[in-house]
Amino acid sequence: MRLSLTSRLSVISALLPALMVMLVVYIGATSWTAWMSLTNSRMLPNNNFVGLRQYQLLFTNDRWITSVHNIVIYGVLFVSLALLIGFLLAVAIDQRVRAEDTIRSIYLYPYSMSFVVTGLVWQWLLNPTLGIQYVLRSWGFAGASFDWIVRPETAIYCLVIAGVWQASGLVMAIMLAGLRGIDDEIWKAARVDGLPKWRVYVSIIIPMMGASFATAAVLLSTAVVRLYDLAVSMTNGGPGIASEVPAKFVMDHLFERANIGLATAAATTMLITVIAVVAPYLYWRARKGELR
Amino acid sequence: MTALAQSLPVARPRKRMTPARWGLYAFILITALYFLLPLYVMIVTSLKPMAEIRQGNLLALPMSPSVDAWIKAWTSACTGLTCEGIRVGFFNSLRILVPSVVISIAVGSLTGYALSLWRVRGANILFGAMMIVAFIPYQVFIYPLVRVFSFAGLGQSLVTIVTIHTIFGLPTMTLLFRNYFTSLPVELFKAARIDGAGFYQIYARIMMPMATPMIVVAVILQTTGIWNDFILGLVFAGRDNLPMTVQLNNIVNSTQGERAYNVDMAATLLTALLPLVIYFGSGRWFVRGIAAGAVKG
Amino acid sequence: MERSNVDITNLQIGFGGLKVLENLDLHVDASEFLVLLGPSGCGKSTLLNAIAGLIEVKGGQIQIGDRDVTWAEPKDRGIAMVFQSYALYPRMSVRKNLSFGLKVARTPQDEIDSRVGEAAKMLRLTELLDRRPSELSGGQRQRVAIGRALVRHAGVYLFDEPLSNLDAQLRAELRVEIKRLHARLGATMIYVTHDQIEALTLADRIAVMQGGVIQQLDTPKKIYREPVNRFVASFVGSPAMNFLRGRIVRDGGPAFIAADVRFDLNGYAFRSLLSDAPAVLGIRPEHIEITGSDHPSAVTARVELVEPMGADALIWCRLTDGTAFSFRSDADIQARAGDTLALRFPAEAFSLFDDQSGQRL
Repeated sequence: MRLSLTSRLSVISALLPALMVMLVVYIGATSWTAWMSLTNSRMLPNNNFVGLRQYQLLFTNDRWITSVHNIVIYGVLFVSLALLIGFLLAVAIDQRVRAEDTIRSIYLYPYSMSFVVTGLVWQWLLNPTLGIQYVLRSWGFAGASFDWIVRPETAIYCLVIAGVWQASGLVMAIMLAGLRGIDDEIWKAARVDGLPKWRVYVSIIIPMMGASFATAAVLLSTAVVRLYDLAVSMTNGGPGIASEVPAKFVMDHLFERANIGLATAAATTMLITVIAVVAPYLYWRARKGELR
Repeated sequence: MTALAQSLPVARPRKRMTPARWGLYAFILITALYFLLPLYVMIVTSLKPMAEIRQGNLLALPMSPSVDAWIKAWTSACTGLTCEGIRVGFFNSLRILVPSVVISIAVGSLTGYALSLWRVRGANILFGAMMIVAFIPYQVFIYPLVRVFSFAGLGQSLVTIVTIHTIFGLPTMTLLFRNYFTSLPVELFKAARIDGAGFYQIYARIMMPMATPMIVVAVILQTTGIWNDFILGLVFAGRDNLPMTVQLNNIVNSTQGERAYNVDMAATLLTALLPLVIYFGSGRWFVRGIAAGAVKG
Repeated sequence: MERSNVDITNLQIGFGGLKVLENLDLHVDASEFLVLLGPSGCGKSTLLNAIAGLIEVKGGQIQIGDRDVTWAEPKDRGIAMVFQSYALYPRMSVRKNLSFGLKVARTPQDEIDSRVGEAAKMLRLTELLDRRPSELSGGQRQRVAIGRALVRHAGVYLFDEPLSNLDAQLRAELRVEIKRLHARLGATMIYVTHDQIEALTLADRIAVMQGGVIQQLDTPKKIYREPVNRFVASFVGSPAMNFLRGRIVRDGGPAFIAADVRFDLNGYAFRSLLSDAPAVLGIRPEHIEITGSDHPSAVTARVELVEPMGADALIWCRLTDGTAFSFRSDADIQARAGDTLALRFPAEAFSLFDDQSGQRL
């Protein structure tokens, strides 16, 4: 249908907010951040071009290196554990168990809570003197130690525990939708073929669930780079800088430590990383015709 | 015709509860306990007096339960410089929540509507671009946005935070409504146009009334997302409007001296209350929200 | 290859309080091609799934090859099944689809290869063995599904509406292939469909089902010519049988009176005692003939509509009281709307049904 002039104007007027947001926020702000990473701005932005110096400083910065190191560990563990546990939970529920709705609610409710809430409650649970370590000892495991949260080498794993606890339900919901979408007759055919249940899952079902795995993996991965709330509330980067993460690094240097140049260099690095992961995924989906 | 089989005692099927089935239920029970553990500990800790907490087991039920910690958390906990309790944060979050939800859904639905049914050049490009940028972490935009708002004289304020939530809610809301409107029969739209209805008329009189399920999903998603937000509230809301999550973090993590764990947990529960109520009250709607492509910030 | 008979006694199937099949008996001979025919919801798929072991029964007995399999798992029943939606494993090649069940059952590799090769040759799949289901057409996919059943060398092959998802031409092609397969293998086959043409062309015997009950179990010819009740008569045969409502009178007859027309019943093989009663006369369009108006039992009718159908034509007429019926004639017939024709209704071709019960008289 050809649009009249009034229609055309109306559509444009309706799309104006989106256009403005795209231009000003997404393109504009991103460009400015990238520009500032090439300057030596400290507390206030300036336009003194210094090339890639900030990036050199960045990648020799202890705190940043620790952050990257941490986020990689967190990312790998978080995504793989959440996918695994979420998948197992979905398979368990798919077995036509009683009280399915209640069980599903229990698995998914953590996802409805804020990262801050999650971080604080797990901080309390992992409290070395009064938390789980104490419980284990009071049950008779005299030498039990679970003080990971105050030890530099293991603090990051505590973040993983809390994150997986929160996100497994989400993965379960996505996987369950995928499982339920599988044609009933495939199950029947497998039964007639005499395939044991585990074999059906491994050889037939899992290969069919590529799309669900991909969706879940992408959602989890984007949550990884954004990790901030959880780190702040649970350990605040500590002990020391042992559980620093890139997002926190950027925020700290933008506001408290007043080093805009360094912070924006870090932010731009995060941006490039995200695009490197997301772009191929979106391209793959667009090619499959899902993203029109 | 072969002779029919004699009525031998027929072997009944084995009982439904095979060892495998027991194992399944055991797995479900253990994992369910693992997920419920923090909630249980939160509740139990918040009801114990500090003496019990210091001596006792994290998992033990309170011997002399009291709601003192809750009252303290609500009315007199210290959130930084003031000690007015977390109720301040609660009302702040509410004041941020309502306009943000309303405006972000209004703008998102209008944008989704425009991109779905009206064939404009570049609509697909705009939509595609919005989908890509939704993945980018906030840290990339935060500083320029801070500068823009202070330049505009708005600084850190209620208006600012509501605008920010609208901006960052736009991709998800647009995705939601666009997908929904494209799933409706296009004949409806064509009939309306033949009847002479204009762009905004169709939106207001036909499309939005039909979009009730999506509006419910959108409200749930936005309410949960905005209430649970920490970083945006921290940066853009201003000292007088800090949301509950920020105040909560202050209460717990910036106390000097001994921590009042029961007050901490009470405050935490209070903050988690609204989303939990929505979650448990909304049944399948929450899951529908996830299925509709929620990209949580 | 084993060819098993199937014996079902007193079968009861229900879900919750709902009874789907009750006291159902069925015997299928070895090497027989039995079709379960009926409309949706008549219980035919339920029965097939019960034979396969995919549904639990509440009572009764199922025997395959003289072995009681009422509680056996599908894989232990000596059956193989072909599904409506093909149910091929999407991420496996055709070869893998065919061989996977055998591999899991630890069949020796050379045995697997020989069976797969044999099935592929029989169904013309040899060039497609390395393709994936998504790269195949509907007809090819269904042949793979049949192949997957064949390699099991089962005693009974079960087909659950396998051609329903195909377009008309493919359906006709595959129908012939299935018939050829049966002729070649001599295997016992139980086939579910709602398409009466498939039933008539493929079956050695047809079990027409409605409401969980087998209405008639007979050869296609008998079902077509001597339907046992009104339902079977109307379900089988296209174009559909004509039904005229009226009364039977024994005076000066026997005869059937409808719309002031007297249809002579001499020559009709009655099954029950003759009595004056309301009844329904059924006659197929191809059995009504045009005759001279001087013929003793000629019936006059007005032509309403002529439907040319290629090789012949379907003429729609009305009796004097407005009762409508159709009859089949040569394509060259000169009749037009408004013409009057004299027709002969031969009693040997009638099917008389009781007006109340629908049973054949």
